[in-house]
Amino acid sequence: MSGRVLVGVKRVIDYAVKIRVKPDNSSVVTDGVKHSMNPFCEIAVEEAVKMKEKKIIKEVVVVSCGPQQAQETIRTALAMGADRGIHVEVTGKDYEQLGPLQVSKIMAALAKKEDAQLIILGKQAIDDDCNQTGQMTAALLDWPQGTFASELTMEGDKIKVVREIDGGLETVKINTPAVITADLRLNTPRYATLPNIMKAKKKKIANLKPADLEVDITSRLEVLRVDEPPQREAGVKVETVDDLVARLKEAGRI
Amino acid sequence: MLLGFRPSLRLLSHRHQRLQSRCVQSENTATSAAVDSVLSALRSICGEDGVSLGAAVREQHGRDESVHRCCPPDVVVFPRCVEEVSALAKVCQHHNLPIIPFGTGTGLEGGVSAVKGGVCFSLRNMDQVLDLHPEDFDVTVEPGVTRKALNSYLRGTGLWFPVDPGADASLCGMAATSASGTNAVRYGTMRENVLNLEAVLADGTVIHTAGKGRRPRKTAAGYNLTNLLVGSEGTLGIITKATLRLYGIPEAMVSAVCSFPSVQAAVDSTVQILQAGVPIARIEFLDDVMIDACNRFSSLSYAVSPTLFLEFHGSERSLEEQVLTAEDITQSNGGSDFQWALDAGTRERLWKARHDAWYAALALRPGCKAYATDVCVPLSRLPQIIVETKQDLIENRLTGPIAGHVGDGNFHCLMVVEPNDPDELQRVQMFTERLARRALAMDGTCTGEHGVGLGKRALLCEELGPEAVQVMQHLKDSLDPKNLMNPGKILQQREL
Repeated sequence: MSGRVLVGVKRVIDYAVKIRVKPDNSSVVTDGVKHSMNPFCEIAVEEAVKMKEKKIIKEVVVVSCGPQQAQETIRTALAMGADRGIHVEVTGKDYEQLGPLQVSKIMAALAKKEDAQLIILGKQAIDDDCNQTGQMTAALLDWPQGTFASELTMEGDKIKVVREIDGGLETVKINTPAVITADLRLNTPRYATLPNIMKAKKKKIANLKPADLEVDITSRLEVLRVDEPPQREAGVKVETVDDLVARLKEAGRI
Repeated sequence: MLLGFRPSLRLLSHRHQRLQSRCVQSENTATSAAVDSVLSALRSICGEDGVSLGAAVREQHGRDESVHRCCPPDVVVFPRCVEEVSALAKVCQHHNLPIIPFGTGTGLEGGVSAVKGGVCFSLRNMDQVLDLHPEDFDVTVEPGVTRKALNSYLRGTGLWFPVDPGADASLCGMAATSASGTNAVRYGTMRENVLNLEAVLADGTVIHTAGKGRRPRKTAAGYNLTNLLVGSEGTLGIITKATLRLYGIPEAMVSAVCSFPSVQAAVDSTVQILQAGVPIARIEFLDDVMIDACNRFSSLSYAVSPTLFLEFHGSERSLEEQVLTAEDITQSNGGSDFQWALDAGTRERLWKARHDAWYAALALRPGCKAYATDVCVPLSRLPQIIVETKQDLIENRLTGPIAGHVGDGNFHCLMVVEPNDPDELQRVQMFTERLARRALAMDGTCTGEHGVGLGKRALLCEELGPEAVQVMQHLKDSLDPKNLMNPGKILQQREL
């Protein structure tokens, strides 16, 4: 038992930023825009660090796929308490087209290489809202999955996962090794403190390329167009119920 | 110079009617006529979307979280940059229109009430965090940035802005009201934490109180214009940028609770903890009435007696020492049931009573409203003023549980009052005046945190004395000769 947890973190546009679409409708504006760690990834890192503090696991390894800036995101995770990082370098067009399928192949390869007992990911990224990477990773590894986790308890070599589902909460018990995806209520991530940010600078980040893991990151998807949601139009006040009914009929709603 | 105005009579009487139903002041007729003739000037600066005459929008911008009734402005404008603020101010200056700056509307003293109508400058669209310098511990923000938004922005840097008045207020608004909070005892108030301000004066001039872009940690350069504007509640200028002092996020925190047999014992403990050099971060006092309310509201079982809630910040090692010292001191003053916790979950539970205090007070009498008094006295006078105040509450059959930032000598009586009972409202009014005068008699102030706004103008004169008030009036007259900047606040109206 290596007692090692792999945590995936993604660098996304900060949740507080007002998103704008490029004039050519090819994608959203990212230049000069504040980026930070995906909020669900923060929760995943926090959960892993908590497990290490409780001595349930021995080492937290954090992974991010992307260009040079992905290292900042890894450093933030290191400042939260992760032990070391792995930066899988993906740049340019490859990075623009990087999606859950490619990332899950990378995570699966790393899980084997690092002999991980557990993979914890955020349930989804706030830029693409795919909610696929965790599930695909589990499938590629043929590992059990506990997704939308709002509570995790280790019970020997099994994990009890309370999952948030549409109807309420579902509790499952799965074997390890396993993939967990973190939902909002799993924990409240800590803020990195200055002394920990200092310490994180000394922690190691390994650099790899997808080819080093023998992973093919060709995308099968092509983004055709990105549009903003339609602008909200002014409402219209009507004087009587008859007016209202007439308008609704006109608009073909009834 | 007033332009000849020919307002549409129908529009004027319609608006006149609406305004009359809210603020019966004859000045509004002339003002609303003038506003009509400047609407196109305002729109040419802010764009069509940047000027609103909507009733709902005006009402929203004429009230804050105080008990003062809504006084809506005649029009609300939404500038996007300091150049627009300056141009708008010039238009208002030209047409003698009052200017009321608006941040988040979370003030407690009626500071955004447009008592003479006029133009409300809602600054919410200027919402950028600019110029963060982590190594220098400073950041510059626009008025639309709230304290929680800033701390969220800073979360990856290890830094935070600790002044916490409770509400998620605009930081520039906090500068305008010289806001404080529960951890002022360690981190200070806005007065200690604003390094520079960019502001637009009544005539549209843009000034930088410490010089453009400057942010030294200390300065001896000239008159302290930064702190002149801090606490000026929009009466001297519209703040469009604030450069703030940041601090490192504490490595660890410990929360503690302790009960005492008397108010004196609790305050003595506070004084001794401070004298022992413990860099305590928060030290909050709840009286027995408040604790009882909290027990009921949050299903807790604290001893119903004066209680201190303490919070310590530091490294894990220093926390041990701080907590042991504090515990010793509380014990020597008869304190009991000292509980403390390091992990976030237990800390939350220990402090739950303090966090829910406002709601617990309201729950004492459902359907009633609450008003918080705000006096602040030297620490040594705190036991006396609290005891006398509690006596006053009982004698006058008033509900006023007490919560206080006892490390600063500042406490709030949360007056829970039936808004439809004129007799009770009157008794509360008289009580708050007696309380303010009691504080003044003890070398204190009538407002530790909330500001003067509408309700404390007379008390300000008593507190400062006529000479100091005269100096304030001179400053006001020289910066705003037409009294257009948020009229009716801080200084009493004079006949011009």
